[in-house]
Amino acid sequence: MEKEKKKDLIFSLAVIAFVFVAVVVLENILPRTSMLFTVLKKGSIYALVAVSMNLLNGFTGLFSLGQAGFMLLGAYTYAVFTIPVSQRAAVYQYFDGGIIQFSLPVFVAIILAGLVAAFFAYLIGLPVLKLKSDYLAIATLGFAEIIRALFQWDKLGGLTNGSNLLRRFPVFKSSVFPLAVSGICIAVIVMLINSTYGRAFKAIRDDEVAAEAMGINLAHHKRMAFTISSFFAGISGALLAMFQTTVQAAQFKSAMTYEILLIVVIGGIGSVSGSVISSFLFIACSEWWLRFLDNADTYIGAFHVPLLRPGFRKVVFSVVIMAIVLLYQRGIMGDSEISVAGIRKKLAARKAAAAEKKVSK
Amino acid sequence: MGFFQTNLPYLLAGISTGGQYALIAIGYTMVYGILRLINFAHGDVFMCAALMVIYSSSYLPLYISIPIAIVATGLLGFAIERVAYKPLRTAPRMSAMISAIGMSYLIQNLALYVTGGLTKYYPPVPFISDSIEIFGAMTKRVTVITPFVTLFLIIVLVSIIKYTKIGIAMRAVSRDFETAQLMGVKINSVISATFVIGSLLAAIGSSLFFSNYTGVTPTVGGMPGLKAFVAAVFGGIGSIPGAVIGAFIIGICENLIKGMGLTTFSDAFTFVLLIVVLMFMPTGLFGEKATDKV
Amino acid sequence: MSRTVLEMNDITMQFGGVVAVNSFSMHVDQGEIVSLIGPNGAGKTTAFNVITGVYPPTNGNVFFNGEKIIENHPRGKMKKLYAGTGNGKYTEHLEPTPDMITKLGIARTFQNIRLWKSQSVFDNVLIAKHLRRTSNVFSATFRLNAAEEKRQREETAELLNILGLYDVRDNNCTSLPYGLQRRLEIARALATNPSLLLLDEPAAGMNPQETIDLTDFVGKIRDDFKLTVCMIEHHMDLVMNISDRIYVLNFGALISKGTPAEVQADPAVISAYLGEDE
Repeated sequence: MEKEKKKDLIFSLAVIAFVFVAVVVLENILPRTSMLFTVLKKGSIYALVAVSMNLLNGFTGLFSLGQAGFMLLGAYTYAVFTIPVSQRAAVYQYFDGGIIQFSLPVFVAIILAGLVAAFFAYLIGLPVLKLKSDYLAIATLGFAEIIRALFQWDKLGGLTNGSNLLRRFPVFKSSVFPLAVSGICIAVIVMLINSTYGRAFKAIRDDEVAAEAMGINLAHHKRMAFTISSFFAGISGALLAMFQTTVQAAQFKSAMTYEILLIVVIGGIGSVSGSVISSFLFIACSEWWLRFLDNADTYIGAFHVPLLRPGFRKVVFSVVIMAIVLLYQRGIMGDSEISVAGIRKKLAARKAAAAEKKVSK
Repeated sequence: MGFFQTNLPYLLAGISTGGQYALIAIGYTMVYGILRLINFAHGDVFMCAALMVIYSSSYLPLYISIPIAIVATGLLGFAIERVAYKPLRTAPRMSAMISAIGMSYLIQNLALYVTGGLTKYYPPVPFISDSIEIFGAMTKRVTVITPFVTLFLIIVLVSIIKYTKIGIAMRAVSRDFETAQLMGVKINSVISATFVIGSLLAAIGSSLFFSNYTGVTPTVGGMPGLKAFVAAVFGGIGSIPGAVIGAFIIGICENLIKGMGLTTFSDAFTFVLLIVVLMFMPTGLFGEKATDKV
Repeated sequence: MSRTVLEMNDITMQFGGVVAVNSFSMHVDQGEIVSLIGPNGAGKTTAFNVITGVYPPTNGNVFFNGEKIIENHPRGKMKKLYAGTGNGKYTEHLEPTPDMITKLGIARTFQNIRLWKSQSVFDNVLIAKHLRRTSNVFSATFRLNAAEEKRQREETAELLNILGLYDVRDNNCTSLPYGLQRRLEIARALATNPSLLLLDEPAAGMNPQETIDLTDFVGKIRDDFKLTVCMIEHHMDLVMNISDRIYVLNFGALISKGTPAEVQADPAVISAYLGEDE
């Protein structure tokens, strides 16, 4: 047992190392502008926020729609604290260079981004987590909208730059960075889910009344799940800021939360690997593979393909999503996971079956 | 007098938006009353109604195209229910809500495709889009007409619910879904009727709303939709008078906030109100208390 | 004279106009098996829900091991109707949530089985061990609590062994037959290390053989785990066989109490179950 676990661990590490080496190699072969890297970067950011949402919706049974708000907090925290002092006068041109006149190292700012989001989540959680299902959803959605309005308010312009862009903060060039940060964060979430606390979350999801009767403090555990989920949403917000190189509050609308929710649903509610796969698929389709649907001048031979023009991609996309929601409610993965141990068991079973066949022959 | 004078235009606008929200909110509150579902697509139905008027009015005169659009919106509501919610009737509540969000996403993307992402403008409707002057404040006639249209429609609706067979069935279903079904109420037709009525009212609300704010974009329905939902929660979900009162309060407050120069917060205010209501009186003004059985 | 474990004084529970439990008092002593019986809707489960903190009672208080754990808190209109206990005054507001009650050592099962449906048999019991943890979320996430985790798993396995569920530990809990699901609920309750066990209709839906097994089983766990048991049950054979004392409720009010023999002979009980002679 122990030996096998060790083997699995080594194998997983090898796979991860291989992925990173492959990415580095590809970055040196392919042109920088290749869509593959956009997908890797944006996909890993969405994977993190999707997994963080899944921790709430899928594992704790809290239907929250505040993810965009917490990403906004993370993105702003990162941007505000990392713009180099020399650039502040230019960025905050309408607000006398802003009120913050120092900047933090990138990693400190990323962690701070998570902490700020978590702190707000804690405060918001105190009142709203008492609410049930759809009321909780609409209340968290409401808080996200309130946060967005606050960040666009002129009076806070010295901090947030009002409704203007924040820019000129440090960004990443290589896709290795977001992959690594998201990877570590997702690994931590998985470890949490498999710990005694994660089991308690699942108990709350399955039956709140029974969970409380077995001594699980609902308020405490729900707040914990909500805060931790928001911490990681904040970090993904910081990564998103780095990816986009600019930040503006107007972008973090409820539509963004809906998109993340749909990613979670496609991947399978209650499956981390599902969320990750579906994030990359979702981003790859919307940014890359289905782009041709938006091209009005598509010909197959001399045949002018009808219907294709800007916007068609999103229509196709939403039809696919509705089909999944209606006909295939379990999503890609249901609530199961892809894991090294799982694959090994399957292989072992196949081997055993093959051996049996041989014997019977 | 000074306060009154400066705020009069906002107050008038508030009453008028309130009326328009009320017409949308009824759709939310009726659907929630029966299916316990937040119909996220309802705001998009409202937007579609406007697009239908815009497109049909380029071929047809307005007095034909508006009624056609209203009827078509009713059908749209019916279709949405059949496609997106009926298959999930026995599924967990979360699935139905996700389906509603998916439907909203689909309608918005369809609208985006059709309009090509350009803002379309609502045609000026003769008479109701004309400018008039009240107490020295300039406004459109629609501002004055809206509250009366709203009240008239609500009286009609309440009488339907109170006295007709389908109305009685609706009340029975919203009280107890399963028992009503066992008593032989045709659940599906009741639910369809609810969606059709809600969509018709949203379509009328849409022609009033867009006569005032003429720009139509694919996402324009989102905010009024959410606000109307908040109005429904505020009034006590399932209660029609509650939704109407809630809608007027939200409409007026929102416009007065705009008048104070805090436009950024006019949307956020609605959500602050929502959260306060949910915290301190979760059943709203006229809602009924529900208890969970252990 | 054995120690009183649980004591309910003057408990009233009113929902709107319905008085579910009316001025009900009872006590359970160390090591006893006490049954609560009565026709459907008599307020038995409501009494359990008051003890376990699901509903704050309209009036009355509850003591556990001599310590007051729940105190009435009449609000609004109720203030006029109920003056509280203790010389017409209520001294404290004690409204603990169910998890706090469980932490004190009272565990329960449910009338309509409430297992965690997506979890295996083993995990259902393991999750209940979460209550007695010493690790925080940080140490648990980063596996700094490996020793505790190992201990929890060992204890769970041991418990499943004692209750005869070890062989099905990896099955999903919903795949178990009804009788075993009820047994698993008891196992889960025992995993919280209770000193008082509340069983809500443990024999409901069981066949006669399973019911007989359950009789032995309840006595066995009482002895093995040094428990005090309070039980709601409809199977009269079971109740009369294992109860030390019985309380009979009808329409929220206590109509009889005593040993099985006393209760069986009480005309009030007979009329409650069979109806009055006309």
